[in-house]
Amino acid sequence: MIGILDMRMGNLASVANAIEEVGFDPVILEPERVPFDDLTHLVIPGVGHFGAAMRHLDEHQLSPLIRAYAASGRPLLGLCVGMQILAALGTEGGDTPGLGLIPGVVVRIAELDGLRVPHVGWNSLVPARRHPLLDGVKPDRDVYFVHSYALRPDDPDDLIAATEYGEPLAAIVGRGSVVGCQFHPEKSQNGGIQILENFCRWDGRC
Amino acid sequence: MLKNRIIPVMLLLGGRLVKTARFDTWRDVGDPVKSAQVYNSQAADELMLLNIGRDGPSIAPLLQILGPLSRGCFMPLTVGGGVRGFDDMAILIRSGADKVVLNSAVFDTPDLITRAADRFGSQAVVVGVDVRLDPETGAHTVYSDCGHRRRAVPLLDHVQSCVERGAGEILIQSIDRDGVMGGFDLPLVAKVTDRVSVPVICAGGCGHYEHLRDVFHGTRVRAAACGSLFNFTDSNPIRAKAFLSNHGLPFRKV
Repeated sequence: MIGILDMRMGNLASVANAIEEVGFDPVILEPERVPFDDLTHLVIPGVGHFGAAMRHLDEHQLSPLIRAYAASGRPLLGLCVGMQILAALGTEGGDTPGLGLIPGVVVRIAELDGLRVPHVGWNSLVPARRHPLLDGVKPDRDVYFVHSYALRPDDPDDLIAATEYGEPLAAIVGRGSVVGCQFHPEKSQNGGIQILENFCRWDGRC
Repeated sequence: MLKNRIIPVMLLLGGRLVKTARFDTWRDVGDPVKSAQVYNSQAADELMLLNIGRDGPSIAPLLQILGPLSRGCFMPLTVGGGVRGFDDMAILIRSGADKVVLNSAVFDTPDLITRAADRFGSQAVVVGVDVRLDPETGAHTVYSDCGHRRRAVPLLDHVQSCVERGAGEILIQSIDRDGVMGGFDLPLVAKVTDRVSVPVICAGGCGHYEHLRDVFHGTRVRAAACGSLFNFTDSNPIRAKAFLSNHGLPFRKV
């Protein structure tokens, strides 16, 4: 069973639509009672604020359950802020500890050379290494980003793909069965839908 | 490299899409759900759905179609028109909107921008600013309430204050150019784009691919919204981007 965690802050419907489009029947998980034992795949979507996302998890005592799920080796996919909270630390609106599944810190994108922040729009996905999530995705294709903060993984091996916006920004990160996309695959048409399908078919091994 | 964006605009009135001219005189141009599917297959970079119902501010017309519309739309969807407050915005995002346009409501409750940005992130908060050229003074003047209410606040002060409160994007709309297909108001677009540090979407006036080229070359704007261009001609986003690529403007690879 593929579960999408209801973070009560994002565009939940579009993630479910995109997963249905590739032939799966995901369930929306109410934060009050998540059947973690029944899940084969967990998606944590998110639009918004790092602190608000972590507060939501804390209110429902979800963080330890998500960590336990990740430790079981089943695939976990974070999207946008859902990806950022995989990090150890967020800095949006003051330092906030994250789930700590990917060592690293989430920092504001530097406004270098007159670049506008947030980083909004289509930008190239440049693979840093091979990964099952990228199977069948043409290199250098564009995906849709919309964010003001970016995850900086401590370990370069945790970077799966990057994009360039004044400086290289993490686009896909992953450690073991835990992966995260900074961009919105559900809003990135063919390339993005392929990544979601790859995730839904993935056994969590690299 | 970040690419330029072409954003088809769909104006919703009475459950149908319409084309307006100078915020007035509408003509029926089709079904919203079907049109969104067509734009999806034409690889539009984003879609914008604006409710222009005049029966008082309400998001009810949007909610009636947002579900089916977003199911066939695998690109970002910006929705607005009639958003009164935080709860409206939350419902729209929950129902399939990725970004919400705030316009008239920010004059009475400017804190709405900050509250929305704190909850949904500033990237989800687009502030729409409707502007008319004052024929006497030649100044760009801000209007709200579908262009009916003139506002005293100077344009650049308004835009800047919205950004400081947390707006993640500015949608700058020329009322004079709306639906007239004579080209964007380049001084207006340049002025706003040069003032703010967030992305700007220009709207109002696009009638030909050359108008897109002119605004991308003549100003620092990187996103253009088009209504009439795609409503009434053989034009579509694929052809627009092919034309613009020949003028050195980068677009996403499909």
